[in-house]
Amino acid sequence: MVALMAWENPSPADAALPTAAHNALAPAGPQAAHIAGLWYLIVGVCGIVFTLVLLAVLYAIWRAPRATETTPAALHDDNPRIRRSVVWAVIVSTALLILLTVASIATDRVLAGLSLTDAIHIDITAHQWWWEARYDDAQPSNRFTTANEIHIPVGKPVILTLKSDDVIHSLWVPNLAGKKDLIPGRTATLTLQADREGDYRGQCAEFCGYQHSYMAFLLRADVPARYQAWLEAQRQPAAQSAAALESRGRQVFLGGNCAMCHAIEGTGAGGRHGPDLTHLASRESIAAGTLANTPENLARWISDPQAIKPGANMPPTDLPPDDLQALVAYLSSLP
Amino acid sequence: MQKHNAHQPLDQAAQLEQTWRDPPGLPGWFAAINHKSIGKRFIYTTFLFFFLGVAIAGVMRLQLAVPQNSLIGPDLYNQLFTMHGSTMMFLFAVPVMQAMAVYFVPLMIGARSIAFPRLNAFAYWVYLFGGLMLYGAFLLNTGPDAGWFGYVPLAGADYSPGKRVDFWAQMITFTELSALLEAVILITTVFKLRAPGMSLNRIPLFVWSMLVTSFMVVFAMPAVMLGSTALLLDRLVGTHFYNPAEGGDALLWQHLFWFFGHPEVYLIFIPGLGFLSSIIATFARRPIYGYPAMVLSLITTGFLSFGLWVHHMFATNLPELGKSFFTAASMMIAIPSAVQIYCWIATLWTGRLNLKTPLLFALAFFFILVLGGMTGLMLASVPLDLQVHDTYFVVAHLHYVLLGGAIFPLFGAVYYWFPKLTGRLLDERLGRLQFWLFFIGFNVTFFPMHQLGIQGMPRRIYAYAAETGWGPLNFIASCGTLLIVASLACFLANILRSRRSGMAAGDNPWGAGTLEWATASPPPAANFIRLPVVHGQEPLWDMQRHLSEHGQIPSPSYVEGVAANFRQVLATTPLDACPDSRPQFPEPSYWPFLCALATTGLFIGSIFTPWAVVWGSLPVACAMIAWFWPRHVDRVTHAEQEYRSDGA
Amino acid sequence: MAPEMHTVAPAPGKGRHSADSNQALDVSSLPTYAFSHRSLMWWGTFGMMLIEGTVFGLMVFSYFYLASHADVWPMSRYAPDLAWGTLNTAVMIASAFPNHWAKRAAEAQDLRKVRGWLLACMMFSFLFLAIRVLEFRHLNVAWDSNAYGSAVWLLLGLHTVHLITDTVDSLVLTVLMFYEPVGGKSYVDVSENGLYWYFVVFTWLPIYAVIYLVPRWIAS
Ligand code: HEA
Ligand code: HEA
Ligand code: HEC
Ligand code: CUA
Ligand SMILES: [Cu+2]
Repeated sequence: MVALMAWENPSPADAALPTAAHNALAPAGPQAAHIAGLWYLIVGVCGIVFTLVLLAVLYAIWRAPRATETTPAALHDDNPRIRRSVVWAVIVSTALLILLTVASIATDRVLAGLSLTDAIHIDITAHQWWWEARYDDAQPSNRFTTANEIHIPVGKPVILTLKSDDVIHSLWVPNLAGKKDLIPGRTATLTLQADREGDYRGQCAEFCGYQHSYMAFLLRADVPARYQAWLEAQRQPAAQSAAALESRGRQVFLGGNCAMCHAIEGTGAGGRHGPDLTHLASRESIAAGTLANTPENLARWISDPQAIKPGANMPPTDLPPDDLQALVAYLSSLP
Repeated sequence: MQKHNAHQPLDQAAQLEQTWRDPPGLPGWFAAINHKSIGKRFIYTTFLFFFLGVAIAGVMRLQLAVPQNSLIGPDLYNQLFTMHGSTMMFLFAVPVMQAMAVYFVPLMIGARSIAFPRLNAFAYWVYLFGGLMLYGAFLLNTGPDAGWFGYVPLAGADYSPGKRVDFWAQMITFTELSALLEAVILITTVFKLRAPGMSLNRIPLFVWSMLVTSFMVVFAMPAVMLGSTALLLDRLVGTHFYNPAEGGDALLWQHLFWFFGHPEVYLIFIPGLGFLSSIIATFARRPIYGYPAMVLSLITTGFLSFGLWVHHMFATNLPELGKSFFTAASMMIAIPSAVQIYCWIATLWTGRLNLKTPLLFALAFFFILVLGGMTGLMLASVPLDLQVHDTYFVVAHLHYVLLGGAIFPLFGAVYYWFPKLTGRLLDERLGRLQFWLFFIGFNVTFFPMHQLGIQGMPRRIYAYAAETGWGPLNFIASCGTLLIVASLACFLANILRSRRSGMAAGDNPWGAGTLEWATASPPPAANFIRLPVVHGQEPLWDMQRHLSEHGQIPSPSYVEGVAANFRQVLATTPLDACPDSRPQFPEPSYWPFLCALATTGLFIGSIFTPWAVVWGSLPVACAMIAWFWPRHVDRVTHAEQEYRSDGA
Repeated sequence: MAPEMHTVAPAPGKGRHSADSNQALDVSSLPTYAFSHRSLMWWGTFGMMLIEGTVFGLMVFSYFYLASHADVWPMSRYAPDLAWGTLNTAVMIASAFPNHWAKRAAEAQDLRKVRGWLLACMMFSFLFLAIRVLEFRHLNVAWDSNAYGSAVWLLLGLHTVHLITDTVDSLVLTVLMFYEPVGGKSYVDVSENGLYWYFVVFTWLPIYAVIYLVPRWIAS
């Protein structure tokens, strides 16, 4: 036990996702908005009932005469006023509960009935402890895979197809919609839509092992033009910088064990155990929202991921400083 | 106690004491079967685990107090919250209720003993060894780390190698075996051993609540035992119940677990309701308003609780229509809770209040549980639950209902019944101090968690980035924990001090109406010198009333014709409690203890090899046979006293 | 922990207050043992049957749950061979007869008959345990082949555990009944053991249907 406590500070994480919103009551899309509406209704009803119950208890305490152990116990009294009050309280409570049930189911139906025309489809696969996102397209050359960052256009419904590669995870973007589990052996879907441009924080909500805590992602809702530009960029194979440092970094990458786990389109690296790195430099953060995507952080991560995310499925790599510097330069040149 | 001289006739009390007491000395300690000795040990042991679970919670709160705390790593944190949840749910909350029942139910129904006293001792030992095994494993860094509901495949062999999960699953076997046996024991006790005259409509509400709880145990616990056995088999011998690659299914575990897990939380809640009914009646100086409605509500809650389990699985891809059904069912279970709450309010309203510490704890229920119940309704709504499921909102809900619905009433019950257990009262001033520290500390700790959940903080995280903004509220929550620590310190101090020097209690310090107060504090080994006969719901109050109205107590008031020189009890009919037969109960014995040891060997061994099931069952079988083998005295001495009414 | 006595207003459980015979409820004519639900043993057995019945029910639920998620059922294509399972069903049903007579004899406290029928029961016990071994060998699937195999093995295994415990129980009782003198309580034990035997035999029928017939129905 004690031995296992001895690990380094995970990360002084210079904010990985500094601007990403995450609040279920600040809806940015129709799903979350409907849920927030329901929330205020239920909180309102419950709040009133709660207050009345408390007032009744306090009043009862205030009005009841005081007694001691020796006060003779009262007999059963069937005061009809009391009986009527209790019966009415139960009837009203039942009616309110039915109201809440109906409101809840109605909201459910409204959510299920939201328009899905022109929906964008994205396949999400959860891994211990990162997210893989595949953008499908009728045209094979337009398909691409990225990780830990999902871009969507504002105002369009998005259908996420959810699978898991190992254990159960749960995908949740509080500002946009409720969550859905990703269960191995099963496929689920989650529909969401962002009506406001912005960065939204998503996180794995189902306990999935060591790094459940640091399994976040960024969901960016862009105006359609910018979204389209992002798509175009992602569809390209990796940039091939001619600069000496970057090419050396590329050699380090391909020569080391990195390519066993990571893919970089257009290089030969096709590993799928870890996140696709083709456009790593275009992302805000690395290691599933754990570290800001800066060269220093990249270097720290590559040389010792276990110090930052203990248990993560990436081994430490002991590289000579120049190799590391070249590797980082290369990865930073992959927009 | 002096040794009894065979030639000197003993008076009834001394004779009974001689007959029913446990053997003296340390060796005798292992042979004890008196329900009060076992009940006391049971209660102490559950509180020991409670303090361990709570100490673990303290460490967790320390870790979460500030963002990116490096006090504890994920490996330990995952063990901590799993140990905390498992301790509270499996080793504390359910067993403590049964433990209280083991001590008090026979007293409240006017019986000499609990049914199957040896089995009762066995159930205690099995529970104790299961708990010790879990903590032993934890100290050896083999503490479970997959959460208190151990979802597969995370808890399966592929993602949890090593023995951690096996110890956890086997701990479930231990505790559920114990709980199931206790349930059968309590059901039999309540149906067969009630004092003459205590018909079903006169059973104290706490006893009713334990009866309902016991039936729920019978139907709920098999699910988790089956589920965890299948999990162990998957892990140890390569079966595929939960392995999707070979036709198994991860959700099968969730169904089995929550089919148990949901009733489980009501197993904790319903005895709490029973405590409240006992306390409120005594301190409002009147019987609980609407007894039939109260009983029906308890039974309804028990039934409905088996129809809610899917509300823990709303985020899975089960059919939506089915989920709506579970929303409706979850909302409807609020109705029986509401009925009880309104009846208690009516009781307080029309009563005369003796505002002592037990009542304070009972009153806290109306704030804390009702608030937790309200958040429960929010969780019951599918759309809302999808937002806050698996966040700190749920953590807030579960602590509000568990502490409000069970722990506050339990503390009330401890203040209420401590005098019966020890003969001494707990200190009122310390009690009030504890209450206020607990009440305020509790709310400071757990109220902010609602907001944290809304702000996206998932549960079961060992650290969080500062940028999430969760720091301040977590810090407040951790500060609240300090107040709870202080309150528990008051509690311990109060217990330790009052045990020695508390005010002497007398038989009935609160002027209560139920039978446990009709005997000495602490009660003699045989519970009652004369077995009582009951004429109403609150026998002692009824008697007083009768006395003041008619100048005498109702007749007959006690039972004659049950032997004092050997362990004879009076069995009555299940519905009307008419005297029915006078069975003989077993003597103290080492075999329950030895049998529990053998069972422990079997269970722990089978974590390592399936063959332990085969070889381990031999000593268990031997111990059981020895246990049930009639002893010579049983067969001969009392043979002549045995007879059947039909002349056989 | 010697009890201290306090004198208080008359309380029913206390021996202090003067014995007034018309205030006593005399139960000295009641029997010291009784059969069926009048005995505590019956309630204990009843509780265990509820628990174990729930276990079987949940296991059957799990079986159908897994079947409902499978494309082919049985996953291993071959259903268990009918012969041994069916034979064993017959044996178990037949064993209900000596069990019934043993129970009747116990309630009539006829020692000679109890001994005889218990011995007959034991013969049946050993017979169905032996056939059970053959049943396992003709399931046509191993427990670790697939989820179907796991479910069938666990279901049959759970029932077998009951057969074994009931056999051991009965064996102990049989030995006891040959071991004089026997008290009335021992007859109650035999009677309750008979009840449990019924339970073990009659829960087998649905389990038999699930293990042997359902795969054939689903497959066809
Ligand atoms: C003592 C234990 C206890 C009790 C009593 C309850 C009571 C309730 N619980 Fe709770 N629950 C837990 C313990 C308990 N729960 C635990 C431990 C978990 C977490 C498990 C885990 O994941 O680890 C959990 C989780 C949980 C979930 C799953 C959350 C999730 O994981 O996403 C849900 C969802 O429906 C739920 C609902 C309810 C409901 C509807 C009630 C109702 O019974 C509440 C009824 C009571 C009231 C409502 C108050 C009184 C009523 C009135 C005063 C009048 C009527 C009111 C109105 C008209 C508004 N609970
Ligand atoms: C009856 C049940 C019960 C009780 C009483 C408590 C009591 C407390 N629990 Fe609870 N808790 C659960 C049942 C309970 N819990 C369950 C079921 C879970 C879910 C687990 C899971 O997810 O698997 C959970 C999860 C849970 C979490 C979420 C963990 C996570 O998701 O990461 C947290 C976090 O703050 C927490 C905190 C607390 C605190 C602060 C208390 C406080 O009330 C206790 C505070 C008191 C102290 C801190 C006092 C400390 C005392 C000492 C240090 C001295 C004592 C020692 C001796 C004298 C021997 N609990
Ligand atoms: C055994 C497999 C494995 C090897 C080898 C490996 N990685 Fe990784 N890598 C992973 C996994 C898994 C993750 C995701 C970790 C997480 O976030 O939990 C990851 C994450 C990363 C990330 C962050 C990606 C993101 O978008 O969050 C970078 C950058 C990275 N690896 C670079 C490298 C480099 C460079 C090497 C070689 C020096 C390397 N990796 C070797 C498995 C591997
Ligand atoms: Cu993935 Cu939690
Ligand atoms: Cu529930």
